Amino acid sequence: MDTALSILPWLVLFLPLLAAAVITLFTMNDRAVSAKLSIGAVCTSFGLSVVFIALAGWEPVQRELATTWLNVGDLQVDFGLRLDPLSLMMLLIVTGVGGAIHVYSWGYMRGDRSVPRYFAGLSLFTFSMLGIVLANNFLQLYVFWELVGVSSYLLIGFWYERPSAADACKKAFLTNRLGDYGFLLGIFVVWTALGSLNFSELQDKLVENPHALGAMTTAAGLLIFCGAAGKSAQFPLHVWLPDAMEGPTPVSALIHAATMVAAGVYMLCRVFFLLEIPGSGALTVIAWIGGFTALLAALIAVQQNDIKRILAYSTLSQLGYMVMAVGLHGPTPAMYHLTTHAFFKALLFLGAGSVIIALHHEQDIWKMGGLQKRMPVTFWTFLLATLALCGVPPFSGFFSKDEILAAALQAEHGSIGLFLLAVGVAVLTTFYMFRLVFVAFLGADKSEAAGHAQESPGVMTGPLCILAVPTVLAGFWGIDLLYGKVFVSGTEQAGKALTWWQHLASPFLHAPVAAACGLLAVLAGFFAARALYANAAQDPLPQRLGALAQAMRHRFYFDELYEATVIRAHDLIAAVADWIDRWIIAGLGVRGTHGTTELVGRALRLMQTGNLQTYAFLFVLGVALVLWFVLGK
Amino acid sequence: MNVGLEHYLVVSALLFSLGLLGVLVRRNLLVIYMSLELMLNSANLALVAFSRFNNNLNGQVMVFFIITVAAAEVAVGLALIVALYRKHQTAHVEDLTTMKL
Repeated sequence: MDTALSILPWLVLFLPLLAAAVITLFTMNDRAVSAKLSIGAVCTSFGLSVVFIALAGWEPVQRELATTWLNVGDLQVDFGLRLDPLSLMMLLIVTGVGGAIHVYSWGYMRGDRSVPRYFAGLSLFTFSMLGIVLANNFLQLYVFWELVGVSSYLLIGFWYERPSAADACKKAFLTNRLGDYGFLLGIFVVWTALGSLNFSELQDKLVENPHALGAMTTAAGLLIFCGAAGKSAQFPLHVWLPDAMEGPTPVSALIHAATMVAAGVYMLCRVFFLLEIPGSGALTVIAWIGGFTALLAALIAVQQNDIKRILAYSTLSQLGYMVMAVGLHGPTPAMYHLTTHAFFKALLFLGAGSVIIALHHEQDIWKMGGLQKRMPVTFWTFLLATLALCGVPPFSGFFSKDEILAAALQAEHGSIGLFLLAVGVAVLTTFYMFRLVFVAFLGADKSEAAGHAQESPGVMTGPLCILAVPTVLAGFWGIDLLYGKVFVSGTEQAGKALTWWQHLASPFLHAPVAAACGLLAVLAGFFAARALYANAAQDPLPQRLGALAQAMRHRFYFDELYEATVIRAHDLIAAVADWIDRWIIAGLGVRGTHGTTELVGRALRLMQTGNLQTYAFLFVLGVALVLWFVLGK
Repeated sequence: MNVGLEHYLVVSALLFSLGLLGVLVRRNLLVIYMSLELMLNSANLALVAFSRFNNNLNGQVMVFFIITVAAAEVAVGLALIVALYRKHQTAHVEDLTTMKL
């Protein structure tokens, strides 16, 4: 690969950082220039990624571009870029979907005071995520991992004047830190056992000797999964994601679709070779945690009334799917679902943002209604994304979800329990999404504001239309085959180009049971939602389900539970630590030393009278003492 | 009565103690200064006595040096006392406590 070509990935990575730096340093007072810089940077990155892939192909000859970064003892860490279909595809998603969100933000944030700060944060976020995607070793990945945490903190807390936003960003950051701690320990374990941090070196070493990690195999896998559980919001660290809705809606879209939460799943797939070592129990645990999260979040989503919260729990649920797919030895379906999910979830959030702006920041779906006629572009694109999320053929979500269901049915690693769970979640997904569509968009106006709603301007509907294209068509592009090249060794799937009807038919041919169950689930969910919510003026479920609906509405009391246990315990430890610090360390240690010194000083000061004869007397006394000491004994 | 080394040394010790007492208890700088000279000369006396009784001239040479240095010291010391007196209008040690900050 010639030099000109190898510069492109570096440019892709650093352009958003450059934009963030320029905005922060020079254009904090100019909204339009800041926005253009940020949008320009991410769009240029997207363009350069496309050019690079067009010139170098999906599998470049040179798979890594690296310079030495740290060289300490026998630890050598590169700052490198890893180029394979996995990272290149993610590059397109992050810059592409991210770009659409950037453009949309310019419309959404138009009235805000601190637009430059917003766009600087957005660019930093994009940079951090690109860094994760392109990292070729654990340390670099971890650095960018933390950068994503920081930039999400800045963006979730963008409206920091609101106490709820300030709390939400702290919660997101701290919950992520908890997971990252495990991740760091996992990295230490891997480095201690294998002596390298570079992904391809690690993979080679593990292929050579699968037992290199010894007894730590499962532990290493699970520790690394801790990081993914934090970023991708898996149970029990899922609590931060719904609260992250406090940020501006485009930020939610960015967090939920292209960046942050995708990082966890992406990382699991990137280090899949570590997890799939024979004898490791990590994947089983991962699969069940993913499945449980999917079910839990879907149940909670059924009873939420805030449009953004429904989508947030839907993201949680879909992330559960992806993590479950990784756990079922299926990184390809996981990445496939991640990709399609990025498209339609970004579209859903941007659609929700469009509705929220049209209704002057009203987020309660029971105060919407009748928006189908007034906001046609938003409605139709939202509907397309809903269909894709539910898994209706031929939309993109159908293909990826079907692959996950098929993975659960596999003879070798599958689990019938997880399959049933996944189908159940699919029913719930369709149910809550159509509940949202029926209540918010169809039926009669439920409030005055909904009656006066108007379609959003072109700068907002444009990205909706652009995102609608991959939402509908991504299933036909063979993205799964591309990912398959990374994970499936040999020529099993390579190089088969399918026509569109073969694409459509292939799920039914490969795993007819999975496809059929998926379709049945969609139908069941749709008809249940229609029966309950078409033309409903209020939610009929609480009467029918009683305590269960109450629990769902209150998110199964996880926040309260954590408040009572984790936070209480934490406060107690903090109080003890504070006491020790205040009285033992500061009181006895620091103040004690200082007090003793001062007391002695004060005592000695009394001797300094300034009187010549006192000094002479003391001097003589000293001489006498010395004489007595020398002669007297 | 035969006068021996001990007699000289006792006189020398007496003179030294008197001088020291003067330095410690007298208030006037000039008197303290004279007491200091007394201490120096008591040491001289001891040196001369040792020199005489040990038949060794080193002690007497030492005394000459001491007398010379003492003369120079007196010149400097008296000049300092005069300067102090001009500045503070007093030559009493209780009033000269500027060494204490």
